[in-house]
Amino acid sequence: MEESLYREIEEIIEKYREEETPLLCVLQEVQEKFHYLPRNVLGYIAKKMNVPSSTVYGVATFYSFFETNPVGEYVIRVCKSTPCHVQGAFNVLQALKRELGLKEGETSKDGKFTLEVTSCLGVCGVAPAMMINDVTYGNLNDERVREILALYRR
Amino acid sequence: MFYRTHVLVEMTSSSVAFGAAQVKEALEREIERVGLKNEVKVLETGSFGASLPSPFVVIYPDNVIYAPLRVQDVRRVVEEHLLKGRVVRELMLAGGLEWKTSEFAFPFPLAKETRVVLRNSGFIDPLNIEDYIARDGYMALAKVLTEMTPQEVIEVIKRSNLLGRGGAGFPTGLKWEFTYKAEGQEKYVVCNADEGEPGTFKDRLILEGDPHSILEAMAIAGYAVGAREGYIYVRAEYPQSIRHLEEAIRQAGEYGFLGENILGSQFSFWVKIRKGAGAYVCGEETALLESIEGKRGEPRVKPPYPPQKGLWGKPTVINNVETLANIPPIILRGPEWFKSIGTPTCPGTKVFTLTGNVNNLGLIEVPMGITLRELIFEIGGGVRGGHGLKLVQTGGPSGGTMTPDLLDVPMTFDTLPKYNSALGSGALTVVDDTHCIVDVVKSFGEFFLHESCGKCTPCRIGNKRIVEILEKISEGKGTLDHLEELLHLGRNMKMTAFCGLGQAAPNPLLRCLEFFREEFETHVKEKVCPAGTCQLKSLQRTVR
Ligand SMILES: Cc1cc2nc3c(=O)[nH]c(=O)nc-3n(C[C@H](O)[C@H](O)[C@H](O)COP(=O)(O)O)c2cc1C
Ligand code: FES
Repeated sequence: MEESLYREIEEIIEKYREEETPLLCVLQEVQEKFHYLPRNVLGYIAKKMNVPSSTVYGVATFYSFFETNPVGEYVIRVCKSTPCHVQGAFNVLQALKRELGLKEGETSKDGKFTLEVTSCLGVCGVAPAMMINDVTYGNLNDERVREILALYRR
Repeated sequence: MFYRTHVLVEMTSSSVAFGAAQVKEALEREIERVGLKNEVKVLETGSFGASLPSPFVVIYPDNVIYAPLRVQDVRRVVEEHLLKGRVVRELMLAGGLEWKTSEFAFPFPLAKETRVVLRNSGFIDPLNIEDYIARDGYMALAKVLTEMTPQEVIEVIKRSNLLGRGGAGFPTGLKWEFTYKAEGQEKYVVCNADEGEPGTFKDRLILEGDPHSILEAMAIAGYAVGAREGYIYVRAEYPQSIRHLEEAIRQAGEYGFLGENILGSQFSFWVKIRKGAGAYVCGEETALLESIEGKRGEPRVKPPYPPQKGLWGKPTVINNVETLANIPPIILRGPEWFKSIGTPTCPGTKVFTLTGNVNNLGLIEVPMGITLRELIFEIGGGVRGGHGLKLVQTGGPSGGTMTPDLLDVPMTFDTLPKYNSALGSGALTVVDDTHCIVDVVKSFGEFFLHESCGKCTPCRIGNKRIVEILEKISEGKGTLDHLEELLHLGRNMKMTAFCGLGQAAPNPLLRCLEFFREEFETHVKEKVCPAGTCQLKSLQRTVR
């Protein structure tokens, strides 16, 4: 990994120096920068924050928003909780799989999209719903899925 | 290329009748004219739900609604809002109600509604503290700091009999009193905004629409229990809530409602935000504390409870967002006023979120004690497509399953347990009779399987087995023994799981096995799914 990346990580850790137990905050911000949390980065964070690397790894793998493997530029999270499920989430997932040629958990070859399923996004009033990075889309059907994907494909 | 803004135009047969197509054309024309064609994209969308004024136009990501938007007003919206970034208030839905309003089952308060916690949501600009102040904002904080002792504050909350709205219904006043009495110099107030229960989005609406009410309530709680610091734990899925809270904290600090010596008193209080990272179990209060402490969000052994040993081992009050939103009005209007709403044993209002197969999706705040019949058939406008009602899941998967014979039970924290159900978070998920019970129960099971933290075996393995067996049943490979095994698994999990997640997980399964026994048996005996969805789905799976 490049020198400059390590420096950026150090800056993030420095930013939370005053906070008590900021491990989650640091991991979140580092992931925002690099899209995922590679092992060597986790090790570096552990060393710099003086936390056992097993702890850091344990935390990074516990939470579903932390990715320890490379993911696409856009992570699509489709809600499959019951309120979305009974409003047709299954078909939305099928449509996404078809359009992207991906299965759950996979990333496209061009590194653009990762398809994941998730629990309730808290927008069940417009079910079925999904999130692409931090934008939420509701009232999905085959056509909406195609339209929305087109926006990201450009 | 990526567009900075999307303009969504609702395009349904009824909105077309109101001229939505012409409005869309005009939008595109004007956007091109002002040279924003490469930055702003006009999209058609399906229905936004409830009976809203038409044509209905939403600007994303600003979340501003213009409705009804007439062709002759399009130019102003494009020039002012899209070009200059200035919202045109008088053209907005109901003259400036926010996007949030469209998440109400009805855009305007109904006769049945009583808005206490949603008193401001949709009516004020959440990013402007003066809007909040103009509606008695921070008056309750001023009152406790100038006129009341901490004991008096606790007494008022106790007398109001406010029960925690996070799901468990524990009396808030008692919780505050325990924390007040606990030994220790350092204490904390924590707001639980992890809202992960499927079908629930009330806390998000409050945080986005009225963030100051939560800050004010946390400061009051801090004064009452003797804390100087508060944390709001917000789930990562709510970026907008986080933005609104950050801005609210900044403004409250500027106006002196947070920080050193608030309103010239001896009391100082700060609030910080911590963001979740996608784990439902972190809504459980001790798992949430672990998460703030930078650890895996696994629940702790209780007791000790947080009021004794909470954040970093210090006495801590944890309250849900909706619970806190009730605090300022109770302080200002008194416990007797609060008790005049709802039922004697369960006073106040409850925000219900109508989700699933119901005509009017959205949320509604009504007095405690309302029945499901009123909620679903009057307010919700009935089951979608004229279908029959199969079941209503109350309080999300961890709550209870209500079957059509229970439509007239008053919805309160104390009555529902008598029917093996629970009010929980107030989520209502309506399932119509075109759905297969095995499929629905499996969907609950998959949720718990996905969200189990893996700390204890009954929950980690139990949920996996439940989903596997249900999968077999829906593929026509089930036997009567499988049904017995499900019962056995469910009962064991209830008794042996470590935390509330694993203990509640089998609830929908057990209740449905009992009430829909026949449908389960048809699946295993005749290998037929009466609703026809099991076969359909396994077919689709094999051709995938
Ligand atoms: C598995 C599980 C998930 C929970 N999720 C939430 C949640 O998302 N939001 C919440 O406020 N309470 C949740 N709770 C309840 C909290 O543990 C706690 O009771 C609540 O925050 C107390 O606040 P209240 O007294 O104001 O209701 C959950 C409990 C369990 C067992
Ligand atoms: S169930 Fe999908 S957003 Fe809530």
